[in-house]
Amino acid sequence: MLNLATLILAFPVIGLLVNAVCGRWMDEKWVGIVSSGAASAAFMMALLQAISLAASGFQAEMVFLSDWVTIGELSMPWQLRVDTLSVMMLLLVTGVGALIHVYAVGYMHGDDRFNRFFIYLNLFLVAMLVLVLGDNYLMMFVGWEGVGLCSYLLIGFWFDQETPVSHRRGGEQKGSSNARAGRKAFVVNRIGDFGFLIAMFVIFVAVGSLQFDEVFHYFEEEGKTATRLATVITLLLLVGATGKSAQVPLFVWLPDAMAGPTPVSALIHAATMVTAGVYMIARSAPIFDLAPVSQMSAALIGASTAFLAGTIAIVQWDIKRVLAYSTISQLGFMVAAVGMGGYVAGVFHLLTHGLFKALLFLSAGSVIHGVESGAHDTGAHVDAQDMRVMGGLKDKMKTTFWVYLIGALALAGVFPLAGFWSKDEIMADAWHVGVVNGQWHGVTIYVLLVLSAIFTAFYMTRQILLVFFGKSRSEAAAAAHESPTIMTLPLIILAGMTVVGGALNLPGHHMLSHWLEHTHHFFHSIDFNMGIAVSSMVLSVTAIALGYLVYYRWILENEPGPDPLQRVLGPFFGFLKGKWYVDELYDLIVIRPYEWVSRLLAFSVDWKFLHDFFHDSLVSNSFRGSAAILAGPVDKGIVDRLFDGLAHMTRIVAVRVFSRLQTGFVRNYALSVLLGAVGILGYWLVR
Amino acid sequence: MIPTTYYLALSAILFSIGVLGVLVRRNAIIIFMAIELMMNSANLAFVAFAREFGSIDGQVLVFFVLVVAAAEVAVGLALIVAIFHTKASIEVDEVSQLRG
Repeated sequence: MLNLATLILAFPVIGLLVNAVCGRWMDEKWVGIVSSGAASAAFMMALLQAISLAASGFQAEMVFLSDWVTIGELSMPWQLRVDTLSVMMLLLVTGVGALIHVYAVGYMHGDDRFNRFFIYLNLFLVAMLVLVLGDNYLMMFVGWEGVGLCSYLLIGFWFDQETPVSHRRGGEQKGSSNARAGRKAFVVNRIGDFGFLIAMFVIFVAVGSLQFDEVFHYFEEEGKTATRLATVITLLLLVGATGKSAQVPLFVWLPDAMAGPTPVSALIHAATMVTAGVYMIARSAPIFDLAPVSQMSAALIGASTAFLAGTIAIVQWDIKRVLAYSTISQLGFMVAAVGMGGYVAGVFHLLTHGLFKALLFLSAGSVIHGVESGAHDTGAHVDAQDMRVMGGLKDKMKTTFWVYLIGALALAGVFPLAGFWSKDEIMADAWHVGVVNGQWHGVTIYVLLVLSAIFTAFYMTRQILLVFFGKSRSEAAAAAHESPTIMTLPLIILAGMTVVGGALNLPGHHMLSHWLEHTHHFFHSIDFNMGIAVSSMVLSVTAIALGYLVYYRWILENEPGPDPLQRVLGPFFGFLKGKWYVDELYDLIVIRPYEWVSRLLAFSVDWKFLHDFFHDSLVSNSFRGSAAILAGPVDKGIVDRLFDGLAHMTRIVAVRVFSRLQTGFVRNYALSVLLGAVGILGYWLVR
Repeated sequence: MIPTTYYLALSAILFSIGVLGVLVRRNAIIIFMAIELMMNSANLAFVAFAREFGSIDGQVLVFFVLVVAAAEVAVGLALIVAIFHTKASIEVDEVSQLRG
């Protein structure tokens, strides 16, 4: 097999370095060419790598780069793992990444920090590739942290601006809302990373290695006897996955992450980084398979995330927030799938979702761009992400409309687009676990996922109607026009892939399944279930029709009133609008107590106790007291008097005795010299 | 040949006379002469030993002593002249300002 993995990794590194070193002297065009070129070259290499892997019999291969940690028996090298799973991820990351790089050249045009943006994007690619290609948990963790860092940097990329939608109420808030969003993402992710870290420690203590092969071999050898160990490890890994993949209860950072530029939302917060948790679970499948409790937890967490985020998405006004909640919801589908052992279904959905969600985000970016340029032309001030100011963009942004429609239908799971096949496979898995195997949690998951799918179709219909149909509800929307080709071209390519993406794992062929089973032999797809496919299709269409019924009148009004859903849902609407008050709940149970404890520590413990009492009263006073004792009685009383007395005595002796000897008569002196000489000589004689 | 002991005895007698002179006389010039006497007694001892041990070192040393004595005389007489100028006397007991 050709060794291209190093090259794949090297290209973004080169792009990154070139832009970091020479970027300030290059204009936008060249910065864009370098970084997009790096991403595209990496994609070409990934394609070649996939072909070469297929040609050489799908055998996983390790590419040794260098030693990292070598202490005694312990050896943790920088080693890349090229197998079917990682190559699949490589294709997604570099492929979607390359398209988004190209798109971003158009989107970021004229930004003050253009160069920096592309440095970050390339850095993100590097980190993501390390995550995907790493051959041990430690390397994966390096990538894991790297993408987290890039996510933080890119969410807060416009740290000097405010997003119009403000999130947390009350309390002291530092920095712009964008910077806060970045910080929130970082801190929430840190909780997940903590789980991952502890999981690594446990693996290392138990197995003595972090290399995938050795770890999995250990667990395959141990089998059922290692169930408890596997449960501990996988639950901790699951904590990591909930952080990175925005699952309940750590999903709160992802909606806020929309503060970043839209290409970032598409690349990092939809297509690649957030799927890291799913990838990690799929990678750790041999351990998860030994721990039914963890699998069940993962599946339930995934399904409830899908449901919860789906309900929130239907009441959002911000075009990107709808997509953000939708992303969380879809990630929930994937986690539920891998939790039920449907690894292929999970990875399949990961891939198709990566395509169509990137497409949706980029199209949303194109819409925002169009509305913004419309606002710029007319001089109107609007929040270009608010769907209430849009409407009627269908004719003004034709390309964007069509690709958006394709993405939305794919997300809603309409036959024969990519989303239909992958979502259906997850449903079939849930059905299999719940009904065929008769496990209670399978039934719960199936119900939750069906409901989520209905919500998905509903809110996508709502979004399409609000954005593209009806009347333009602002001057800006009326004056909007299509984005430049450099932005629409990637959209068209992504739309094309969204249409055919389902072919990856068509029932009957199961190409992806056969491809992936070379990584773990138990990866396989469940048989196509016509009943489920038809019923979910029917439900989707019903939801779409429902959405049309609710909104078709509203979008034609000149002065649109409140959301018509408000009438239908009643008090429930406010609850959903408040995002189930999860942020407020965390505010109440985590942030406020934390601030309270901080304040207690700062003001009472540190200031009053340590500073005022301990330092000022206790230490300082006792120091002053003992200093006074040392200075007064000891120094003045004893030491000084000692030396004064000595000096006084010396003077007395000198005055009384020695000065008498100085007679001034030279003959006296001569006599004493004589006596001295006689004395010394006498001593010598007598001796 | 006269034994060396005799020379040494003479030297000791001369030295004692010198010491006595320095101690009992008040005239600075006389004291000076007494000092010269002590030095010459030392010279006598030197040459006596030089003859006893057949070595030239003692005689050489005598010349050094003579040179030092000449220099000393020059400095000493100059001092005496200076004292005489200020005190109009060369009584050493008159020069006792450094009395404690």
